[in-house]
Amino acid sequence: MIRYLAGRALALMLTLVAASLVVFAIIDIAPGDPAAYMMGLNADPAAVAALRTELGLDGSLAQRYVDWAGGLLRGDLGVSYTYRVPVSELVAERAALSIPLAAIALVLSSSLALGAALLAVSKRGRPTETTVMALSQAGVATPNFWIALLLVLVFSTTLGWFSAGGFPGWDAGPVALFRSLALPALALALPQAAVLTRVMRSALLDTLNEDYMRTARAKGLSQWAALTRHALPNAMIPVLTILGLQFSFLLAGAVIIENVFYLPGLGRLVFQAIVQRDLIVVRSVVMLLVFAAVAIAFLVDLLYAAADPRLRRPA
Amino acid sequence: MNRALILGAALSGAAILAALVSLAWTPYDIAAIDVARAFSAPSAAHWLGTDHLGRDVVSLLLAGARTSIAVALVAVGIGIGIGAPLGLLAAARGGLIDEIIMRANDMVFAFPALLLAILLTAVLGPSGVNAMIAIGVFNVPVFARVARGGALALWRREYVLAARAAGKGGFRISVEHVLPNLADQLIVQATIQFSLGVIAEAGLSYVGLGVQPPDASWGRMLSESQTFVFLAPWLALAPGLAIFATVLGLNLMGDGLRDALDPKQRADR
Repeated sequence: MIRYLAGRALALMLTLVAASLVVFAIIDIAPGDPAAYMMGLNADPAAVAALRTELGLDGSLAQRYVDWAGGLLRGDLGVSYTYRVPVSELVAERAALSIPLAAIALVLSSSLALGAALLAVSKRGRPTETTVMALSQAGVATPNFWIALLLVLVFSTTLGWFSAGGFPGWDAGPVALFRSLALPALALALPQAAVLTRVMRSALLDTLNEDYMRTARAKGLSQWAALTRHALPNAMIPVLTILGLQFSFLLAGAVIIENVFYLPGLGRLVFQAIVQRDLIVVRSVVMLLVFAAVAIAFLVDLLYAAADPRLRRPA
Repeated sequence: MNRALILGAALSGAAILAALVSLAWTPYDIAAIDVARAFSAPSAAHWLGTDHLGRDVVSLLLAGARTSIAVALVAVGIGIGIGAPLGLLAAARGGLIDEIIMRANDMVFAFPALLLAILLTAVLGPSGVNAMIAIGVFNVPVFARVARGGALALWRREYVLAARAAGKGGFRISVEHVLPNLADQLIVQATIQFSLGVIAEAGLSYVGLGVQPPDASWGRMLSESQTFVFLAPWLALAPGLAIFATVLGLNLMGDGLRDALDPKQRADR
């Protein structure tokens, strides 16, 4: 177990170092001078030179990387060029929206998928299963921003039940919060739920032929009880892996969905920073999102090891 | 022949046909702006109406198919072209080379792909070519993994042992014996990555990082329609349906091909 954990932790470190090198390289070695890029075409050369110093562009490539990565490790993400406040403040403010949104979407998609997969497997070979599978096939093929647009079209433009965008702030009360977050969470969750349904269904089907399922039925459990008590816990192992991977899709999805609904989250922060050429914000926030995705994948690996005793022993 | 394959081929075939037709002809010029005609509802002259600049939606859809297919196709080409040889090399050589290639792949896998694609296109500058590169990079580890997994199994087969006994080297065996037997799996994977590429291209264009005007893109049509969703709701339907039908078609085709080529791996047992 210790060896397995150490191996995974080492892989995590290496991935993060590689990721930071890639993010650094994309921004730093990109065509042209970052300072000139940030200030635009008509910039005053003196201002560009000042920004170059502020960005630490006068140092060597290695020195710049060490400065930036060292700052990240100390929790110093730099100072935003457009907002003139520490990036860590911006991140904390925006994450307060993005993390709950992603969490709601994750819970929503897993519960939808769980229900749909159990329904499909318990009604095997009947029209219910065909319908569930057709819906999931359709869900996989629908981009989340189109779902978002359709939801806005139906539930806010036509019916007026939910807001078409914007965020009232956390003090606005539960009703206003629900009206503003329900559609984005649903738009993020539905395509993920479709993917998860397919994975859960096939994981459940795999368990149906196992001896313990036959025993469960033989001792008199109903199909449904056998499914939920015995098949489900065993089917969760592959599902967990996909769930970990999905978090990274949720993060990327948030960039787009937060833009659709004008929600001031991390995704919108990155996107606005890209548009405003605020490379300091872009670099640190992208690295933070990559860190979150990699860390979640690592946690899933740990859960996986806890759930499957075979993985604890070195092969 | 299975039904999924036929339906899938029909849907994706329609998108490819639309892309090909648009090369030679569209009902109206997609670069022709006529604000007086803006927001016409669907009619005999404009079957799906016109957008906020008075451009014909049918023409934009046809030209958008071309962008979608071209970007996804090149991205798949980058993935197969780099990923498959890497996977074959990893399987043929094993040891340290295998370890390095596969660990590098794991790292690319761990990244939030669309996020980095957004970053890449933002820094390189938004364009169709940069979208192809950004999406293609993330196809590389997928194909490397499929090629390596399949190749490892093939390396244990008798005909490969026979080829080795006959004195063929790792490169010749990979090209002459392993690759042809891997083609099925690579084709199925290519269909899946093609469909992901269509969604990714639409996503990039949606946030303004795909092809630039006057080139048309389904993703940008959707983002433009969003501004006018109160005024002309029909504009939000056609491009979304086009993406949906193309992706659905490619996914069905992938499932169908997998069943047809390898009955042992059927999706719906």
